[in-house]
Amino acid sequence: LVATGVGAKTYRRIRFILIQNRAGKTRLAKWYMQFDDDEKQKLIEEVHAVVTVRDAKHTNFVEFRNFKIIYRRYAGLYFCICVDVTDNNLAYLEGIHNFVEVLNEYFHNVCELDLVFNFYKVYTVVDEMFLAGEIRETSQTKVLKQLLMLQSLE
Amino acid sequence: MPAVSKGDGMRGLAVFISDIRNCKSKEAEIKRINKELANIRSKFKGDKALDGYSKKKYVCKLLFIFLLGHDIDFGHMEAVNLLSSNKYTEKQIGYLFISVLVNSNSELIRLINNAIKNDLSSRNPTFMCLALHCIANVGSREMAEAFAGEIPRILVAGDTMDSVKQSAALCLLRLYKASPDLVLMGEWTSRVVHLLNDQHMGVVTAAISLITCLSSKNPDEFKTCVSLAVSRLSRIVSSASTDLQDYTYYFVPAPWLSCKLLRLLQCYPPPEDGAVKGRLVECLETILNKAQEPPKSKKVQHSNAKNAILFEAISLIIHYDSEPNLLVRACNQLGQFLQHRETNLRYLALESMCTLASSEFSHEAVKTHIETVINALKTERDVSVRQRAADLLYAMCDRSNAKQIVAEMLSYLETADYSIREEMVLKVAILAEKYAVDYSWYVDTILNLIRIAGDYVSEEVWYRVIQIVINRDDVQGYAAKTVFEALQAPACHENMVKVGGYILGEFGNLIAGDPRSSPLVQFNLLHSKFHLCSVPTRALLLSAYIKFINLFPETKATIQEVLRSDSQIRNSDVELQQRAVEYLKLSSIASTDVLATVLEEMPPFPERESSILAKLKKKKGPGAVSVELEDGKERGECVNFNPKPQRTSTPSPSADLLGLRSTAPASGATPSAGSLLVDVFSEAGPSATSAGVNDDGFLRFVCKNNGVLFENQLLQIGIKSEYRQNLGRMYLFYGNKTSVQFVSFNTTLNVQTKTVEPLVEGGAQVQQVINIECLTDFIDAPLLNIKFRYGGALQNISLKLPVTINKFFQPTEMAAADFFQRWKQLSQPQQEAQKIFKASHGMDTEVLKAKLLGLGTALLENVDPNPENYVCAGVIQTKAQQVGCLLRLEPNAQAQMYRLTLRSSKDTVSQRVCDLLAEQF
Repeated sequence: LVATGVGAKTYRRIRFILIQNRAGKTRLAKWYMQFDDDEKQKLIEEVHAVVTVRDAKHTNFVEFRNFKIIYRRYAGLYFCICVDVTDNNLAYLEGIHNFVEVLNEYFHNVCELDLVFNFYKVYTVVDEMFLAGEIRETSQTKVLKQLLMLQSLE
Repeated sequence: MPAVSKGDGMRGLAVFISDIRNCKSKEAEIKRINKELANIRSKFKGDKALDGYSKKKYVCKLLFIFLLGHDIDFGHMEAVNLLSSNKYTEKQIGYLFISVLVNSNSELIRLINNAIKNDLSSRNPTFMCLALHCIANVGSREMAEAFAGEIPRILVAGDTMDSVKQSAALCLLRLYKASPDLVLMGEWTSRVVHLLNDQHMGVVTAAISLITCLSSKNPDEFKTCVSLAVSRLSRIVSSASTDLQDYTYYFVPAPWLSCKLLRLLQCYPPPEDGAVKGRLVECLETILNKAQEPPKSKKVQHSNAKNAILFEAISLIIHYDSEPNLLVRACNQLGQFLQHRETNLRYLALESMCTLASSEFSHEAVKTHIETVINALKTERDVSVRQRAADLLYAMCDRSNAKQIVAEMLSYLETADYSIREEMVLKVAILAEKYAVDYSWYVDTILNLIRIAGDYVSEEVWYRVIQIVINRDDVQGYAAKTVFEALQAPACHENMVKVGGYILGEFGNLIAGDPRSSPLVQFNLLHSKFHLCSVPTRALLLSAYIKFINLFPETKATIQEVLRSDSQIRNSDVELQQRAVEYLKLSSIASTDVLATVLEEMPPFPERESSILAKLKKKKGPGAVSVELEDGKERGECVNFNPKPQRTSTPSPSADLLGLRSTAPASGATPSAGSLLVDVFSEAGPSATSAGVNDDGFLRFVCKNNGVLFENQLLQIGIKSEYRQNLGRMYLFYGNKTSVQFVSFNTTLNVQTKTVEPLVEGGAQVQQVINIECLTDFIDAPLLNIKFRYGGALQNISLKLPVTINKFFQPTEMAAADFFQRWKQLSQPQQEAQKIFKASHGMDTEVLKAKLLGLGTALLENVDPNPENYVCAGVIQTKAQQVGCLLRLEPNAQAQMYRLTLRSSKDTVSQRVCDLLAEQF
């Protein structure tokens, strides 16, 4: 009826990024919102529960509390991004894929174990591509160049 | 490209991780971890100083243990030490530990900030980025205090490396979100906006997020970004698929940046500059055109990236809602997606069309897809897609297709997923009511709802059908016949029994002429359900029985026998027992006349917003909160607010068919000297800043009922109000213009307060409804006080609600002779109020007429001999009395002056209306 400030609806951000395997083990959890540890654990379990029951014919989007999860499954791993309901589903879906392709290149055919043993490097990759809940860099070439430069440092 | 090997660099860490993975049980894992913790502790405590490598390795192990879910209570100091290492890998582990295990230990924060400060000034881009990422990840207030001044400088400095700029932009965004008061953009604004022109697309990608956030808070300061964003977008959209090299993703040029640009433009109305607007429309057309071109790749990544831009463009088109051509094209494109083999696209098309349905330009175009959407509702495998289809059907429903849509939704309900049934039921109920042309269809629909999904039919829904049947006598007979038939089913839902009991108790007489539904048959039918029902339903049925005794004296003996039975009169439930005893006594001793009076047909319910609609809004709105008000106290003189629970108009669950409702509706329930009785039941509460009563909006509403009452950077309060006789209803819409929740929110009307659910989500709008009754004439307007927290700061706003005496005017038409006769009758000096004043606006005839009509009076033509003058008449309706009021306005165009004369039977009214109106010209 009465329009609210038009700007308000346009600013959104990622709330968290999760990588989980089918058994529900977390391989990466990156939080862009303040949660206490119990809440984080609850979120992790809930996301696992809603995502793993879905099959390939389902959409890659699930409503989740007041947000939504955009997710994609790669082999046994689920990559999930939680964003605001009005955010652009396909942009984040491809954001995930872009991230996975970078990981794949960086770890040379990435597998779950790479993420386990190199967990501290995965954080670096995430921070190169996503920062403060926003997409920071989308060029795979640029990200990989930077990562390899860092790799060469001691 | 070379790949990294497993755990290279830290062999000890890799061994430890392997050990943990090889543990056969939780116990073994804990044992191994405890061993490692003991080892690390002894290393940290040992005499030998640890080298950087060992420190890094142990800190990294601690981090791993923490991520496994174990508490870590040491090692923070070692992590902080790593920050000052000169080696990247050591620094990185230090920062990572700090970012993941945020610790508000104050002495550590000081040390951490110190290390960050050093890295920020190191001029080493790698170190600067590490430090910036740490700030962006932690984002604490202490960090904002320390660095909010420095980061903008880094962001706009000419010699800052691109990657550092990217990090600085987002780091600043994080600090702004967390502590907006500490980030002062003033002097940097223009240079930040111009980052949209940066050569490096990565810098633009990062900076635009910052600009979007800042723009949504301060649109005016950043509005130059619109033309920059349009030209950047235009360059990307018109580039060939290979032009942008690194930023081309599966043949799509810069998809994420395009989306962000389109999103930024949604912070603003359409560009005013014709050239900019033309260029933007061209971009949007190009994007729509591209959707029709054959794909450059079969990969789903290609089409997803392309469609991400398309959907964002459609959002912008819908946001503008001003280009019919683009809206219809968008709708056609989405129509194609409705049948796409990709489930994602079908889902998104349904979702996006839902918003298109509410635009007047595309509503009709959306409706043409009704068959496809109905098919989606029936055949989609994914429940969330079906849900979107149901939402869209609801959104596209209007009078022309309501019957079809309601029928489809009803048939879908039979197999609908449990998770969405309740919402579906509400939607069907609302559509059925909203578009009911004949009310027998409405009654059929609701009874079908109860039959199909009785468990999901909430009280609001069955209360509502009863309210409507009671208020419309043309449907009562039909309703009685239909419930009677529905009750014949061997197993019928308890909600059906409730509705049946209530309606037969009121209107059973309308079908009693038919021997198949004679009074006794009706009674026996109802009573056959009695024993299967819960206590509240039984209570309702007992009330129906006593109503039967009044309606049909021939059933008296049978019913009295039932009431007298031990299972009633000695029922262990107090309520049932009491009803049985009282009804039995009432039926035995009261005369027919008394009985008829006590058990009279229910009076019509006051028309109010459908409680179902309110419920749906509540379900939908994440920020919507419900407010119930505490007892009001009156404020000295004449304004009194009487809070009511929201649904006084609906019967309570142990339904009082007798009309003995303990809380009478809004009319004067509080014994007060008050004259304006405001009954606040509301759904809401949010909002804003600065103290002191804000008067600005008040006078603007004397001659109009809708508009924006108040607006600042955080909050917008809109008003919609309607008045009839001495009653009024005002809707207040609180819009949170920020993307941050308002917390500790509450609204207070004068002295009477109520705490509301303390959160209002960013971007959300909540509504509050205020019911108003004018008891006698008044001068002072109600004060509305709003408090909430935004960020850390307490905001406080006081507003005069624009409720003025003229709102209760009923226009009165009369001929010239009558007018002058009455004018003469009101000739005592105190009955007249007059003002002569200078025009403060133009003296345009049409505007004057509109204002006088807005005042609420009738504008009388051909009454005043001087055609330049205006005369009006109306009656102010208050509960205490009616005050006739005559008005004459004499403009003098040469002098730019007016003379305004008011006459009424009450001196205070003449004066007040005169004062109010004199401010309007």
